[in-house]
Amino acid sequence: MSDGSQLDERREFVARHAMGPRVSGVALVAKDGFSARYDLDRINGVFSRPSHKLAGQSYRDRILVLDAAKGGVATAWMLHEMKARGMAPLALVFNAANPIMAQGMALADLTMLAGFDRDITSAIASGARVELIPECALLRVIG
Amino acid sequence: MHLNDVEQAMLAGDMGPVRKLAIAHQIKVGEFFGAKDFVPVSQAHVMADTESLGDAGVAWLEMLASHSPAERRVRIPTITDPRGTDFAHAETLKQAAWMLTLEKRTIDAFVKLGVLLTDTCINYQTVQAPTRGEHVAFGDTGVVIYSNSVCGALSNFEGGPSALSAGLTGRTPSYGYHLDTHRQATLRVRVEWTPERLDEWGALGGVIGRLAGHYWAVPAIEGIETAPSSDALKHFGAAMASFGSVALFHIVGVTPEAPRLRDVVSESARLPELRVGSSDVDALRSSYRVDDAIDIVVFSGPQLSLLELSMLADLCDGRRFVVPLLAVTSPQIKPDADRMGLTSRIENAGGTVLAGMCFYQSYAREIAEANGWKRLVTNSAKMVNILGGYGYQPMLASMEACVDAACSGRLA
Repeated sequence: MSDGSQLDERREFVARHAMGPRVSGVALVAKDGFSARYDLDRINGVFSRPSHKLAGQSYRDRILVLDAAKGGVATAWMLHEMKARGMAPLALVFNAANPIMAQGMALADLTMLAGFDRDITSAIASGARVELIPECALLRVIG
Repeated sequence: MHLNDVEQAMLAGDMGPVRKLAIAHQIKVGEFFGAKDFVPVSQAHVMADTESLGDAGVAWLEMLASHSPAERRVRIPTITDPRGTDFAHAETLKQAAWMLTLEKRTIDAFVKLGVLLTDTCINYQTVQAPTRGEHVAFGDTGVVIYSNSVCGALSNFEGGPSALSAGLTGRTPSYGYHLDTHRQATLRVRVEWTPERLDEWGALGGVIGRLAGHYWAVPAIEGIETAPSSDALKHFGAAMASFGSVALFHIVGVTPEAPRLRDVVSESARLPELRVGSSDVDALRSSYRVDDAIDIVVFSGPQLSLLELSMLADLCDGRRFVVPLLAVTSPQIKPDADRMGLTSRIENAGGTVLAGMCFYQSYAREIAEANGWKRLVTNSAKMVNILGGYGYQPMLASMEACVDAACSGRLA
């Protein structure tokens, strides 16, 4: 998790890739990967992989700011299933996304931004309130 | 995205609501990645186990399947990844009735959609391998990395909704590994040791996957001193895709796009150069070694080929297992294994041969709790990477050590 020591003074970050509706919420940040199959206890809504930097933390309704989307095509279905049960993250933000994540977020109609001019996980503090504006490919820190 | 006349007709609904929904989904994904247009694909491979689908996903498939046959049937050969059960052994696994109900609903929907229920993650060994330059829309990361790297086919990771959409439209957005520009190497890896066993190939793939780190990384691997078997590259690629989300690798002098390094690395490119040796593989393996006692042995992820089942049967002769040993293969191979006596040799020792499923796609958390399984040993590096999130303590060992552990209940 970012310790805030290298936080960017900027309040806005432009992504190269964006989709989904505009959302705002609390960021949960880690320099780690993400796969719904590998990393989550989707029944209880927590990170479950013991070695994950967010192990034990709830992801529900959080804007997850992570390094890279990881393997496992199951995520494409799982995001849709998690949203149907009210157990999905609010949005995903990555340094590097992969097609599976885009396909899953598209099916679930969730918001995702990816690809920045700096490491986004070291630019945003966990617990910060952020707004995602996909039509402008923009992440804005609002509190 | 630029759409041709057929694609515009699909999007307008002129070819029915199912194809309209499918191409709209594909456009959303394609525009996210900046695809300029679509590329026709010859096959689609759909991952859709019901643990992933949940009731919401099954209902979505049933919604598609509720339309008229002309509107709902796929336009190209479309096959399936493993299901979430082997109905013949669901009771042995202690799967609940609701899981089987979801599976049956999913199968019914796929039949109505015209999908061929091959239920395999090794279709390149058992159904029809793609050829060099063939554009396909494959799901299962292990299938994609093998098809791209070993066969020279062109595919992105296509999750279930997108692979099915490709089946329904006969095309996929042209981005990523459908474009030659993305198929050049982005890092060089010098391997100072050539694996022999399948678990070693998997572990090496896992190490390189971790180093590569993301989907857009393409390792060019030098130093492999043999022509690896299909099973070796199966484990190697599946682990690399699992640990690193990698979809394409080149082994110089082995894989078709890299007869020479300069075929995948331009002279002007200054790529990161990394070295990997046996100590890196040992470190990965030992990082998973948490206990000597074990609860279960599993061979799966990817499904076993006929040759792997034959190797396993040889190790099982005259043995008696004290913990469960599960070996998972494809529905295409199982009848051959039965006919050749491989299944009976494994099961005479106390093992179980399952077909058409994959262990980690079969409600792994629920069957662990129902059976008291936690400490699992396997020769699949991909499996050890996945199962930690499901509450297991997975350990990686050779096939021989796995069978020995099944006999003693302890991993030597």
